Amino acid sequence: MSTRVSLFVTCIVDQVYPQVGIAITEVLERLGYQVDFPATQTCCGQPAFNSGYPDQARTIARHFLDVFRDSEYIIVPSGSCASMISHHFADIFEHHPALLAETHRLEPRVWEFSRFLLEVAGVEDVGARFDGIVTYHDSCHALRELRIKAGPRKLLAKVQGLTLAEMDVAEECCGFGGTFSVKFPEVSGAMARTKIDSIQKTGASTIVSIDSSCLMQLQGVIDRAGLPLRTLHLAEVLASK
Amino acid sequence: MNAPEADIQQSLGDPRLQLAIYTATRRLIDHRAGVVSDEVLPYYQDLRNEANAIKKHTIENLDYYLEQLESNVIAHGGHVVFCRTGQEAADFVLDLAKKRGVHMLVKSKSMTSEEIHFNERLEKHHLEAVETDLGEYILQLAHQRPYHIVAPALHLTRYDVADVFTKELGAENEVVIEKQTKFARGVLRQKFLQADIGVSGANFLIADSGAIVVVENEGNARLSTSAPRIHIAIAGIEKVIPRAQDLAVFLNLLGRSATGQPLTVYTSFLSGPRRPTEIDGPDEFYLLLLDNGRTKLLQDPEKRQSLYCIRCGACLNHCPVYRKIGGHNYPWVYSGPIGAIITPQFHGVNEDTWLPFASSLCGACAEVCPVKIEIPKLLIKLREEVVEVKRRQAAGDLERFAFQLFAWIATHPKIYLLLASLGSFFFPIVPRIGPLKQWASQRTVPEPANQSFHQWWASRSKGSS
Repeated sequence: MSTRVSLFVTCIVDQVYPQVGIAITEVLERLGYQVDFPATQTCCGQPAFNSGYPDQARTIARHFLDVFRDSEYIIVPSGSCASMISHHFADIFEHHPALLAETHRLEPRVWEFSRFLLEVAGVEDVGARFDGIVTYHDSCHALRELRIKAGPRKLLAKVQGLTLAEMDVAEECCGFGGTFSVKFPEVSGAMARTKIDSIQKTGASTIVSIDSSCLMQLQGVIDRAGLPLRTLHLAEVLASK
Repeated sequence: MNAPEADIQQSLGDPRLQLAIYTATRRLIDHRAGVVSDEVLPYYQDLRNEANAIKKHTIENLDYYLEQLESNVIAHGGHVVFCRTGQEAADFVLDLAKKRGVHMLVKSKSMTSEEIHFNERLEKHHLEAVETDLGEYILQLAHQRPYHIVAPALHLTRYDVADVFTKELGAENEVVIEKQTKFARGVLRQKFLQADIGVSGANFLIADSGAIVVVENEGNARLSTSAPRIHIAIAGIEKVIPRAQDLAVFLNLLGRSATGQPLTVYTSFLSGPRRPTEIDGPDEFYLLLLDNGRTKLLQDPEKRQSLYCIRCGACLNHCPVYRKIGGHNYPWVYSGPIGAIITPQFHGVNEDTWLPFASSLCGACAEVCPVKIEIPKLLIKLREEVVEVKRRQAAGDLERFAFQLFAWIATHPKIYLLLASLGSFFFPIVPRIGPLKQWASQRTVPEPANQSFHQWWASRSKGSS
């Protein structure tokens, strides 16, 4: 019997980038997984947590714990949301022993998508084909909290037709930062433009990341400037044929 | 106070300034990376853990180590003065200068003295204080405060410096850095010879030996602390470390983190006035231990780790926000991520409420902090405190309501799905937290998808059953 995995698509993928969730479903099914989508899922609560509203974040996190209580593998198409669940739920339940214990039981079951492919599915080559030069953006929470750096690059390296061109500031923040992007729009925009300047020097036409929020930020600035660049989630590249 | 938006815009819109900040911080980033790599320093992470543990232990036993330090400084013939405020520190120096008939003093670089507006306080009473660190000297002439904890004149180019020297000292307009340095050295050498008091900061205060440690690259601190008759060191109480051997950890980290040097050019160990058998050193030595709000920080068991800071500036260099807005848009002399966490704690979270929010929480600061201060975590704690202050002031109602609504919707899946089916969960809520126009001021707004993932999944399940 095939292993069942539960998808937590995140609110941004659900609402703005459903194609990322669809791509993940395709890749996982192609690898023989039975994909489950708990329909009462909503958000991880990170916007509230990062903005100084721990009570509201806790409310949402409790809902998350309820929804995914029975899931063996929880696949998340975002380093930032995965880290919220596996690193910061423990912060918000610090003084709630029962929920903290439940969080600790949940933590090892949360898998950022690329890490799941490499460490659980054990595949580097998912049989994808994508023609073009791409550059990879290290999203901050994936890089610094989940320590994801080489993994997505390994997966990209096995995609036929794809050339990976590294930018010189791959590890620098894109400037999104959730509500930071609207509280300090000029600073946030300037950070994105620095990143894009670096990307343009690589000759890449596609920017790949494992976080759709970073890509929304970068694509927004790219479109405003009318640049010939596009952003894609890693899952979309891996689902390409 | 709200964010100084106009000033921030001006900094962002100044290409010369942006290039100066970017180039200088890039260089510091690269230099640091070269000396903390696995090949060069395989035990770098161990050193950070050790530094964190020593600082934690010391801060939690600060009373003990300060008393030990005090008795050892006195045993060497020095004096220790505990100062609750900057005013008390300045008053002590003014009084001493008056008693000894001193009209001019030289200073080496000290952020602690910047923090208490030391020079201004003295000058009000006609006691001249001359900065002898080159960057600080340039800024003193230009009437500016430090732009950066370690590289105070990081934002100025050699052309700016030429203008300052011409305008303030009547020098020829000289843009060759070596010649500028030589010129400044000539002016400052006279000051060293004339001054009767030398004031320094201190990077470390060693409890078990009563010595203070000053690191620098220019030699001016060594001159400031040994040429004049009287040496006064000003240091925050958190600068104490238990043992001399702890320096093996801290000196290894400080220079690497700050400028990418395994060690700075000069490391001075100063333990009191000249002994009868010695030929160099001051006649009198005073250590001014400054509180100025530090004991207030000690009260919070989590946030007190802010006092571990050794002022290396690495968090500034790596901070994408600092690198855009620069040092002068921060409200206090401590800028960048460390400034963002200590300013609200020293001044109160009700002041400059914007500061903890001026971060994308990218975590680059925490990653490079040699003493492992959890800066992003503390920023979030401070955000919570700001939200609470605003609630008590009955301010920020709209944002609070938006997050309450957000949490309510996110825990009521049917409502969430209903709004989602209208393509309006994300967009009507998020824009109210920070208006949509703020997003659109810099970026194109993405189109909501025609069909959410929830809808796609539902239709797919229907199709396959």
